[in-house]
Amino acid sequence: MEKVTIVPEVAGTEPVVGTSLWRDAYKRLKKNRLAVLGFMVVCIIVLASAVGPWIIQQTTGYTYDYIPTDPALVTSQPPFTAPDGSFAWTHPMGTDDAGRDILARVLLGGRISLMVGVISTLVSLIIGIAVGATAGYLGGRVDEAIMRFVDVLYSIPYMMVVIVLLAFFGGRSPISQLFLLFIALGAVSWLTMARIVRGQVMSLKSQEFILAARATGVPAARIILRHLVPNTLGPVIVYATLTIPSVMLLESFLSFLGLGVQAPLASWGSLSADGIQNIAVFPWQLICPGLTMAVTLFSLNFLGDGLRDALDPQMRKG
Amino acid sequence: MAPLLSVRDLRTWFDEEHLTAKAVDGVSFDLGRGETLGIVGESGSGKSVTNLSIMRLVPSPPGRVVSGEIVFDGRDLLTLPAEEMRHIRGRRIAMIFQDPMTSLNPFMRVSQQLMEVTRLHLGHSRSEAHEHAVHMLETVGIPDARRRVDGYPHEFSGGMRQRVMIAMALSCKPELLIADEPTTALDVTIQAQILELIKTLKQDTGTSVIMITHDLGVVAGMTDRILVMYAGRIVESAPTSELFERPSNPYTAGLLRSVPDPTDDSHAPLYQIPGLPPDVARLPPGCPFAPRCARAETICREQFPPFVQLAPQHHSLCHFAVELYESGTIAAAPAGRTPSDDDAENQ
Repeated sequence: MEKVTIVPEVAGTEPVVGTSLWRDAYKRLKKNRLAVLGFMVVCIIVLASAVGPWIIQQTTGYTYDYIPTDPALVTSQPPFTAPDGSFAWTHPMGTDDAGRDILARVLLGGRISLMVGVISTLVSLIIGIAVGATAGYLGGRVDEAIMRFVDVLYSIPYMMVVIVLLAFFGGRSPISQLFLLFIALGAVSWLTMARIVRGQVMSLKSQEFILAARATGVPAARIILRHLVPNTLGPVIVYATLTIPSVMLLESFLSFLGLGVQAPLASWGSLSADGIQNIAVFPWQLICPGLTMAVTLFSLNFLGDGLRDALDPQMRKG
Repeated sequence: MAPLLSVRDLRTWFDEEHLTAKAVDGVSFDLGRGETLGIVGESGSGKSVTNLSIMRLVPSPPGRVVSGEIVFDGRDLLTLPAEEMRHIRGRRIAMIFQDPMTSLNPFMRVSQQLMEVTRLHLGHSRSEAHEHAVHMLETVGIPDARRRVDGYPHEFSGGMRQRVMIAMALSCKPELLIADEPTTALDVTIQAQILELIKTLKQDTGTSVIMITHDLGVVAGMTDRILVMYAGRIVESAPTSELFERPSNPYTAGLLRSVPDPTDDSHAPLYQIPGLPPDVARLPPGCPFAPRCARAETICREQFPPFVQLAPQHHSLCHFAVELYESGTIAAAPAGRTPSDDDAENQ
């Protein structure tokens, strides 16, 4: 009989049967302080965006689009300042020209910016994985055709495409504009994802476990979904976490140009656009949304870098 | 009774830039039910491609099966629709691969991979399949199978993974098992265990086995018949004991001489066949082995040798096959080495 490999039993560290590679990666990620910090900041911002506007409404009565009825309040106040100039907790980020609470607007903007980042990345993920895995697995002429098509799309300035899309179809209502934004941003950012997935699939395809799966009669669709795609997820997740901030930046750029999110909805980009008009007089109108956004993007990038180190295939134990 | 598998004049070629590599060029053999066939040859001799052709898994392009018939249980696999072929793979013909370290999906639990086969082919429910997976792991001798079945491949050693592969291959009780160098990547003690396991399981299930290897010691103890392949062709086919006693092809004789003999105390350097295997895209006109053959004469370099029948089951591809067969003494194996010794070694 073959001997069972027995891990020497140290007190309390019983070998767990069924430790996946994900758990190993998680352990490595936990060691990276910057990534953990980034992860925590992202969590806080997500949480604040989710429940923050509701809490503000409960405590101060302000919502993102609430304009005070008292004409004396329709003016931009600095952070932590009451109308009479004394210290107050009411508006930690001050108010804008119309007297709206900037914190409430930044948190709502966070909702939208994060949503744009996540949903557009998901859209690009789905298209990218589907296209890349198909091209990589089938190979030959199909691969050639698909990838040349991707090359052609690459050569079109994507910003033009988005602007044309938004200008052409947009503007019916703020919500439909938002959906258009998701799709437009997803549609331009799947190209690199498709290339990454294709490359991964091509190198995995020649591995014996894929041959073994084919030799046991597993259908092609199932091989792609169950055997190939999960194995490409490491690099894909890394790329996705780095796509989220870049898409968010793109969104804020579009909103800044006035093509993205329409009033009364707000995103960090549109808030910055509003703020920059008064930068000399009311700097907090730009600094508050801008800083929040910068911190979030930094954190997401740190997290992405950390994930890359944790999921790096070269560091993976055989 | 008709053979379970009958390969006739199989040619599988690979298109290279300007040339065609004839990886398999006119291979024919039969395999009866319950029989074990060994296919021996150097790297690139076409033994793996032959079996990938049987499974219809030759990467295409660049590979293509140019001609031939592969009749499995009365039906030509080469003309079967892809969907029907898929139902034969894993269900009726199963395969074990060379490197157990890479032949399991690192992201799937072993149980999931074992269950996939039986759910696909036997229509098992999730719980039936899981139970079957545990049972199969027990059959292949994995201790504590119920606990280990849900582990990931990286938690298994090389020998254990090969056992898992065998369990997976046998879970649908296939009629034919193709083992493509199943022990090459394992160390020697594990090799013996795995061979013993395949042998026992074969006896229990009555499965026919094709055993591909480049190690004559591996096939000696467990096969009924052996095919020796060189440059895409069968150069000799004979029942195992006869092949070891009366090798009738210079290439076979050379292979036998290059098996190390642990009882030899002479300290003479181990024999090796001079030269390298030929490039199958640029074969010489005559016998492909001629440039490396000690017995070669002018005729060998000019004419392709005939496939001579020497006994009912013994064929050799050589101009001098009869002469070699009659002499019977081209000192095949080193002195004192007989198949029974090999048998003993593999027990």
